[in-house]
Amino acid sequence: MEKKTELNRILATDCGSTTTKAILIEKKGDEYRLVVRGEAPTTVEAPFEDVTRGALNSVKEVEELTGREILDGEKIIYPSKGNRGVDIYVSTSSAGGGLQMMVAGVVKEMTAESAARAALGAGAIVMDVIATNDRRRPHKRIELIRDLRPDMILLSGGIDGGTVSHVVELSETIEAADPRPRFGTGYELPVIFAGNVDAREAVKEALEEKTALSIVDNLRPVLERENLRPARDAIHELFMEHVMAHAPGYKKLMEWTDVPIMPTPGAVGAIIQTIAERQNINVMGVDIGGATTDIFSVFDGIFNRTVSANLGMSYSVSNVLSEAGMENVLRWIPFSMIRDDLGNRVRNKMIRPTTVPMSLKELKMEQALAREALRLALKQHKEMAVGLKGVQQERTISDAFEQVSTGATLVNMMKLNLIVGSGGALSHAPRRAQAAFMLIDSFQPEGVTGLAVDSIFMMPHLGVLSTVHKKAATEVFDKDCLIRLGTCIAPTGKAPEGRKALEIEMGSEVIKINAGDMVLVPLADGEKVAAVIKPSKYFDMGEGKGKEVEASITGGVVGVIVDCRGRPLELPEDEEKRRENLNRWNKALSIYPEAKEE
Amino acid sequence: MAHAYTPGLKVTTNINLRKERRLPLKGDVIVKIGDRVKGEDIVARTELPGDVETVNLAGKLGVLPDELEQFMKKKEGDPIEKGETIAETSGLFGLFKTEIKSPIKGQVETISNITGQLILRGTPTPVEIDAYMDGRVVDIIENEGVVVESKVTFVQGIFGIGGETRGIVQPIVDSRKEIVVPEMIDESLRDKVLIGGSNVTKEAILKAVNVGAVGLVVGGIDDAVLKDFLGYEIGVAITGNENKGITLIVTEGFGKMDMSPAAFRLLTQHKGDRASINGATQIRAGVLRPEVVVPLSESSTLHKVKDYSKGLGVGETVRIIREPYFGIIGKVIGLPPELKIVESESKVRILKVKTEEGRELTIPRANVEIIEE
Repeated sequence: MEKKTELNRILATDCGSTTTKAILIEKKGDEYRLVVRGEAPTTVEAPFEDVTRGALNSVKEVEELTGREILDGEKIIYPSKGNRGVDIYVSTSSAGGGLQMMVAGVVKEMTAESAARAALGAGAIVMDVIATNDRRRPHKRIELIRDLRPDMILLSGGIDGGTVSHVVELSETIEAADPRPRFGTGYELPVIFAGNVDAREAVKEALEEKTALSIVDNLRPVLERENLRPARDAIHELFMEHVMAHAPGYKKLMEWTDVPIMPTPGAVGAIIQTIAERQNINVMGVDIGGATTDIFSVFDGIFNRTVSANLGMSYSVSNVLSEAGMENVLRWIPFSMIRDDLGNRVRNKMIRPTTVPMSLKELKMEQALAREALRLALKQHKEMAVGLKGVQQERTISDAFEQVSTGATLVNMMKLNLIVGSGGALSHAPRRAQAAFMLIDSFQPEGVTGLAVDSIFMMPHLGVLSTVHKKAATEVFDKDCLIRLGTCIAPTGKAPEGRKALEIEMGSEVIKINAGDMVLVPLADGEKVAAVIKPSKYFDMGEGKGKEVEASITGGVVGVIVDCRGRPLELPEDEEKRRENLNRWNKALSIYPEAKEE
Repeated sequence: MAHAYTPGLKVTTNINLRKERRLPLKGDVIVKIGDRVKGEDIVARTELPGDVETVNLAGKLGVLPDELEQFMKKKEGDPIEKGETIAETSGLFGLFKTEIKSPIKGQVETISNITGQLILRGTPTPVEIDAYMDGRVVDIIENEGVVVESKVTFVQGIFGIGGETRGIVQPIVDSRKEIVVPEMIDESLRDKVLIGGSNVTKEAILKAVNVGAVGLVVGGIDDAVLKDFLGYEIGVAITGNENKGITLIVTEGFGKMDMSPAAFRLLTQHKGDRASINGATQIRAGVLRPEVVVPLSESSTLHKVKDYSKGLGVGETVRIIREPYFGIIGKVIGLPPELKIVESESKVRILKVKTEEGRELTIPRANVEIIEE
């Protein structure tokens, strides 16, 4: 369709696993500004099972809130004229949700186990492991593949130069299963082959026509060496580029948009890279969604992105609890909660993922879970954001099964200048200070770090828009999207509570903070102040223990948060003391409404 | 007014339900369109070829491969029993003869006069697929299976474990609020689908398994009980392949949850009827929910299914699905368009509900589900 090159009105949607968000941008005078945002539940479940329904509903909300007429039935009106129509429609999608895989290998204890490890390393849930020696009859394996409807299959097997026939047999099993992904027709199931090089041709023959086959290096080229990285990276890329964005009705949505639908992490990654380039700083971005949590980092110009496919606040919330463990979630909850109660509440959110916390208690519980989802996603990001690619892990047969990634992580929290948070849990936290606190607890920034959030969760929209209209995307991002929360000052080190930790000279003010304390210093958005930070002998601000540093501190809607709880952050083991501390910190930062504090 | 749509579970009767039944391998469909079938009837079958066993026949007999034929007692394609003679040499005056016996039951597949190898094929394994529910065959998927259609009572659960099974519906509680305890379960419940109330103890589940009940439907289950019973924690809700001796279906959620009146009424009305149930659940895009299906007679009149795709309206019956009012059922009395601040300070779109007891509550729209009847 021929579109106007001059864009006056832009419509963008992001179809998340749980919520679909629409924004409307208009040119006002010489600049582009956000007009309004609408949202609606994503409709991947019955009775619709069609992602476009949620998109239409979110656009309808935009119509109602603005009085503009955008839809003619189920069609978008082009071009904009007066109060009617838009000039371009773009969309991102992560509606497909998490990643559930099946892996296959020749020997259950060898290649199949390596394959499972590669899948887990890429953040997938391994639904089942198929192996030539798994004692299942071939038809049982076929039934299993059909019943489980995996999002992807990783096929391995045979060391290089080893068995071909067993690998071929496995690929024939997959072929016979005629795997139908959960999103129905028009979508080919990704299968990755990371096995014996000699079997590649035969595997191609069996699977090329029926699946979207990718071939990567053998993940176990010789018995005593494992090379998981190529398979892990392939899983990660395929998930991000294909599986995640797809959902029932995806094809229809594709026909509606003027540029190809971008996977949400691709769009957010583009924005984070732009921030790092424009300001020439080290940035980390995080987008915590319903099914996945995506982390982006730019350190010394090197960009990395990871998608933790099963860490999220709705569809994946139960997995957050399972992976983090009950104790790790409970430690962030500032009131007494019995384990069974937490278990039931989390599983209920899992089975009814679109609900929102109505009571304060439920909000605190969700924010505790968000901290753990963010912490675990960061852990995965650190493991994957390493300098050298393709480093192989030597592995002896007796050497057991913990794969330690090689190469040092590029993530250096002391060198980090800015953390940008996005996604429902951060963008829609009722108080901005809650978002700041969640980012601090989970990322544990060190030294002086700026904090920001996506105002209403529109970085995905602006990311895809930037591919067609950089000016509009940049203007809206600067003026309407990025909310500066302020700055976090946090020394590394440890000292008993009450000992002197930091002395900060900020303008004419001198602030003294003790170990174990958190302090909020008001500094308005847009203000900048030079500070001299003197750590005590127990603490380090980046120059060594007790060494003073000078820094420019930026204000924000929350202010300057001084965190002297030490790094790595450890919460008291004694429950009462832990709750007391949490409530003290919450109060210092005015995190929750005072009267409702338990 | 902005659109408010909340997915709900189907709890309904007299609707047409279609089920696709496919073999895992290509095979023969043994019914035809229009046939009436019972749930347990086989609708398609195939055979999985048996394992291959090779015997170095020429070597064992001490003859050349091209001489094999004269010593064979069986030819290609012949069935064979384990221990039965396949080939023998005549020996010298009937003495010193060499006899080769079959190591497996099956069939002689090939005899190679080039390599001297004999290939035996074990007995094939039959692979079959049943109709799952009583009904009529309405479509054939060539060489793969069929589509069965039936008028049914259809109760969807929210979460389940265990796969397809069938049994007679047997309520074991008097009220939808009752907790299922071991004392309610005895040997008479073998092969039955038990209908419980608000919760179930682990001991009761184990007893149900022990007496041979095939299914258990309850309103709620505690997370800790499920974890204990399964032996692991549920991370992502993808179930159906558990092999725990029973199919468990939860209609409302985790914790103590009274079964919804509609589900309890429908299920107890079917006491003594045969039900097909499946606990398989997948909560993700392309969702699957567990189900209880009770086929009805063909003459029952079809219920007019209400179109819920228009979304939530005033007068609709909804269930609250999040604390602090979890499980309460009421009628929508208002859908104000403006955003409201709730206790958590979240600004959300809300609705007003009048509960069965006459209380008026203000709830985020996202926290209710339509009860589809």
